[in-house]
Amino acid sequence: MSSIASLEPATPRRPAWQKRWFGPEARVAWLFILPSLIGFTVFYAVPAVRGLLISFTNWDMLTTPKFVGTDNYTKLLSDPAFWDSLGKTLLYVLLNIPLQTILAVSLAALMDRVTKSSLIRGIFIMPWLLPPVTVALIWLWMLDPSLGFVNNVLRTLGWQTLSFLGSPTQAMPSIALINIWQYTGYTALLFFAGLQTIPKEVYEAGSIDGASETRMFWSLTIPLLRPVLAFVLVTSIIGSFQIFDTIAVTTKGGPVNATRVITWFIYDYAFGRFQMGYATAIAVALFVILIAVTIAQMRILNANQSDLA
Amino acid sequence: MTTNASTLTTSASSVKRSHRRISVGKILAWFILIVAIVVVLFPFWWVIRTSLSTQRDMFANSASLAPVGPTTINYARVLGQVDTATAIAAGGSGQKIDFLLYLRNSIIVAVLTVVGQVSFCALAAYAFARLTFPLRDQIFFLYITGLMIPGIVTLIPNFILIRQLQWQNTFFGLIAPSFLMTPFAVFFLRQFFLGLNRELEEAAKLDGCSIFGVFRQIILPISLPPITTIGILTFVTAWNAYLWPFLVGQNENVRMLTAALAIFRSQTPQGAPDWTGLMAATMVALLPTLLLFIFVGRRIVNNIQFTGFK
Repeated sequence: MSSIASLEPATPRRPAWQKRWFGPEARVAWLFILPSLIGFTVFYAVPAVRGLLISFTNWDMLTTPKFVGTDNYTKLLSDPAFWDSLGKTLLYVLLNIPLQTILAVSLAALMDRVTKSSLIRGIFIMPWLLPPVTVALIWLWMLDPSLGFVNNVLRTLGWQTLSFLGSPTQAMPSIALINIWQYTGYTALLFFAGLQTIPKEVYEAGSIDGASETRMFWSLTIPLLRPVLAFVLVTSIIGSFQIFDTIAVTTKGGPVNATRVITWFIYDYAFGRFQMGYATAIAVALFVILIAVTIAQMRILNANQSDLA
Repeated sequence: MTTNASTLTTSASSVKRSHRRISVGKILAWFILIVAIVVVLFPFWWVIRTSLSTQRDMFANSASLAPVGPTTINYARVLGQVDTATAIAAGGSGQKIDFLLYLRNSIIVAVLTVVGQVSFCALAAYAFARLTFPLRDQIFFLYITGLMIPGIVTLIPNFILIRQLQWQNTFFGLIAPSFLMTPFAVFFLRQFFLGLNRELEEAAKLDGCSIFGVFRQIILPISLPPITTIGILTFVTAWNAYLWPFLVGQNENVRMLTAALAIFRSQTPQGAPDWTGLMAATMVALLPTLLLFIFVGRRIVNNIQFTGFK
């Protein structure tokens, strides 16, 4: 770099700022980032600002938007349906994340101790690659109240059959199970990768000290896995707050609003009732909630620190 | 509880104990693993089994593990290969469905998205990693902020934009938001380029190679693995997307598989859904992913381990 620069004749007529902005390297760089910059401006930056602006209006997409100030936000705060959908979202997160995380950590530990076959790991991540729409349809059929496979099994065992997605109380747990089926393997693989970074000596020292497998799991594996655990929890909780596809294909927010999570609530206002202002206001609220959740989690989990110093 | 007890026993007996427990534990561990594998794989068999069954016979014998009255009629009708009367007789709703066309549409959208996004993001990522230009770090920081915006926030304004451009029901409209970039792809590739050794690039530059020449002849060949990875991820994301194709591309000529499945599902009668047809259609939508998985599954597994928590 510097050697090339010194070989070049000095160009005193060109001011330094011009070279900085339009010198040969800068010009190439601008060309390189131009497509992405257009894409970012048109489909990320401007829509984000535009979404915020729309949230201060009432707009049905046909007439001109009417500026209403913060009306949508005050309406939001006193809208029981909004709080209900937020509650449903939290319920989903609580049904999904703890069970999924426990299953994934156990699966990862099993794979780590029993078999490192990449075929088995491959089988477990397969559901993660599938379109959520197909997964939702497959389970809609597996969980069908009358002809579904799961109810066939229950019937064979002499147990009572369940309505699953057709029942207001069972619908949300069913949605959570469907997503646990889809994402546990992927999460387990992330944990598995984390386990590979723990040095063997730690376990050797542990077993010399007479610690049992279970003891080592709780006292060594879990603490040393914390950075991975933090990453997985933060990303999977954020993902879980935005659950949509499964609900859109199976229950459409029902039965009796039992699965009306926040994204479905937004979708319904935007594309069911064409109240774009209110819908974007809820979306902005969701964004704020997600930022708060992320910051809180980072604090609690001390995400950046590893005990493996 | 047992853990505490065993740590209290003398070391000699605990070694013997733990030895025995490992073998019992191993059997139990394998048992759990096998159960987990069955839980993952069985639904796929159920899709195949249902899609190959005759609608009417299946209702009478819903517990059979094998296809009931084996037939390929369901595939023929979802692929639009039989006339309406035959389709209705086999349990269809009589609406026109042509999953061959939707398959084509999904392939077009996914392939175009991969080609555009990967090329443009690789160029941008290289500029962010290696070139000096004003505002570089600020622009990159903005991209990273874009990573955090939930999809639903930009979805509504993007939909309005596509409507105003009258790009609804066109391939343009379907691919536009992810054709030029996603913040994640830029971020992912930049991280990789940052880790490359500079010496080769410097040598090529001394030989009079242009910046683009360096990028094309030196950087691209050694970056094929991460570029392939991001290509696969982009493909899967584009292929799996549901809400955007459903909002923007309902028209038959651009309808993607995911949107087509949701529409198919809403057309089938509530009382007696066309499960055999739905499962045949699901299989058509799954097949490309399963094929991709067979060919690049190992790479995906290894890459998640490598880059999953970067």
